[in-house]
Amino acid sequence: MAEKSHQEGYPTKAFGWAARDQSGVLSPFNFSRRATGEKDVAFKVLFCGVCHTDLHMIKNEWGISSYPVVPGHEIMGQVTAVGSKVEKFKVGDKVGVGYMVGSCHSCDSCHNDLENYCPDMILTSGGKYHDGTTTYGGFSDIMVADEHYAVRIPENLPLDSGAPLLCAGITVYSPLRFYGLDKPGMHVGVVGLGGLGHVAVKFAKAMGLKVTVISTSLKKKEEALEHLGAHSFLVSRDPDQMQAAIGTMDGIIDTVSAAHPLFPLIGLLKTQGKLVLVGAPPKPLELPVFPLIMGRKIVGGSSIGGMKETQEMIDFAAENNITADVEVIPMDYVNTAFERLAKADVRYRFVIDVGNTLKI
Amino acid sequence: MAKSPEEEHPHKAFGWAAKDTSGILSPFHFSRRDNGVEDVTIKILYCGVCHSDLHAAKNEWGFSRYPMVPGHEIVGLVTKTGSNVMKFKVDDRVGVGVMVNSCKSCEYCHQDLENYCPQMIFTYNAQNHDGTKTYGGYSDTIVVDQHFVVRIPDSMPSDGCAPLLCAGITVYSPMKYYGMTEPGKHLGIVGLGGLGHVAVKIGKAFGLKVTVISSSSRKEREALDRLGADSFLVSNDPAKMKAAFGTMDYIIDTVSAVHALAPYLSLLKTNGKLVTLGLPEKPLELPIFPLVLGRKLVGGSDVGGMKETQEMLDFCAKHNIAADVEVIQMDQINTAMERLAKSDVRYRFVIDVANSLSQSQL
Repeated sequence: MAEKSHQEGYPTKAFGWAARDQSGVLSPFNFSRRATGEKDVAFKVLFCGVCHTDLHMIKNEWGISSYPVVPGHEIMGQVTAVGSKVEKFKVGDKVGVGYMVGSCHSCDSCHNDLENYCPDMILTSGGKYHDGTTTYGGFSDIMVADEHYAVRIPENLPLDSGAPLLCAGITVYSPLRFYGLDKPGMHVGVVGLGGLGHVAVKFAKAMGLKVTVISTSLKKKEEALEHLGAHSFLVSRDPDQMQAAIGTMDGIIDTVSAAHPLFPLIGLLKTQGKLVLVGAPPKPLELPVFPLIMGRKIVGGSSIGGMKETQEMIDFAAENNITADVEVIPMDYVNTAFERLAKADVRYRFVIDVGNTLKI
Repeated sequence: MAKSPEEEHPHKAFGWAAKDTSGILSPFHFSRRDNGVEDVTIKILYCGVCHSDLHAAKNEWGFSRYPMVPGHEIVGLVTKTGSNVMKFKVDDRVGVGVMVNSCKSCEYCHQDLENYCPQMIFTYNAQNHDGTKTYGGYSDTIVVDQHFVVRIPDSMPSDGCAPLLCAGITVYSPMKYYGMTEPGKHLGIVGLGGLGHVAVKIGKAFGLKVTVISSSSRKEREALDRLGADSFLVSNDPAKMKAAFGTMDYIIDTVSAVHALAPYLSLLKTNGKLVTLGLPEKPLELPIFPLVLGRKLVGGSDVGGMKETQEMLDFCAKHNIAADVEVIQMDQINTAMERLAKSDVRYRFVIDVANSLSQSQL
């Protein structure tokens, strides 16, 4: 059966890899991109990060996927054409696109540079664009995006290791700023040392914070201390270590998306401390209320960041030489990469070398 | 051998105490310390009955020590002042709330956050520095360090002011800390009891739009007509709750029983804040998706510091805010506790200590 999609009516042929069903297995996929509108930038995709969210979406783990799914929302590229009203970019510029490609532009969130909280925010992959078509992400050769949703990439920021900043980076940078966990000398804990966690350590250190990595497994200790430069490491399953660290942290960034107990983490917070969840366990967690009340503590959430803040984060990363630790892979390794990602077998993000390895 | 409560200190005192986990109170003779250089001795006029008194009297939280004289919403008259006391003089009308001492040297004490001092001493059921037990306001007198005594504004009624010393500061402090004071913003208040009804009054005084959220529709007229709330939401009406999704900037949750947070989180707008003040016996269930996708937060708060307690009283005086009380005699306290357990009070019992306590000695 021929694939019939709205995109067949688009003028520009595109090629990528898509998941066709809940097995999540990706394979070559022909589609098309819209013409470059007056506010759009068209670009050749050079690199695209592989986020755990891509894995959830290709397997329809959240029940919202509509196949075929072309994942990819940590996209670095080079501009090939700009619309007549585009002001931020010219042909040849390096550009990044993250988790969203549109929003309503008229709600409170949009007016406050918080497009990520707009109820009509449009996902880069698996969303529904203004013209009703499904959005296809960065596991593809070219993209067209409204310039508002593209960020300028400073010259000194490498495109391969910079790609994960477009989702993982902003996801941890935004709450460090919003919850005020960015004052030099503060002590911040980072739970989970994966794609999000390792970037959180780097940002926190660049902000002058003391950083403790909290993990279930001792085997990440050397990495955390020697390689990432965390100040200390706490094994969450060791009651003595956890006891000794009670009441020592101004804040905690919790990147773990599996179910886990909040009580010990709340205990690590000082009075007025803040526990921020950026991973999203699907089932509710137990919230012990006494320690929240007795210590005026907070449990809050955060989800990526707005476009203004994403640009600010990229500029901050470039100034402070912050990039992700990546394993660059060819496009046809992607299915193996997803299998390894499911087992957290990556230090710490796969990035697809789309520009050099995506071939029809 | 430890001294008896009557012999511990030099000055005789009389009150009502719970003797065991039944929580039943009865007459109790004990003693108060000498009035030290920093101290103020207070003849107690009124004492509010807080739901915490009930939890503590029955050892529901597991750390009660008997005999226990509850009471931490105290209004009285100064009868003696220590030589270092400049703020008060004899016959001043003063109040004492939830705490009677702290370390005075930690970072929290230095920031006027005595309530978060790790060595803060509760007005009752705690231990003084000298090892003796603290006894609360269901009694004729109390001796307190001046730092932990507040002035009652002249315009305030003693009985209606007493509950502000716990219930009032318990809702005022988080409203300030969590920024719930922008006129025109929308505050939801869950539970219309001692805390809830004061929160409505203070919320309106901050210029907020106030919605009372309650499981019982019979409180609607009260909430709207008498307390001045702008709207009322029945929490077990799914259609009405759904219509209110994403409409509130803040929610104050005063419910102390175990309850679901998910419906209240849905009522919040993006960046909304839910502050939980009740102390349930078990943890609550917290759904994470709404927190992450809406950048919402759940926070706690525990009374307030002394500076803020005085500020709260002055604010209430300025806006004519007092608690709605049912004044009772001391010997009615056990019946009052039973009714409180069933939320059968509008909205705080206040014991008329001065006029009924001594009679109960006979």
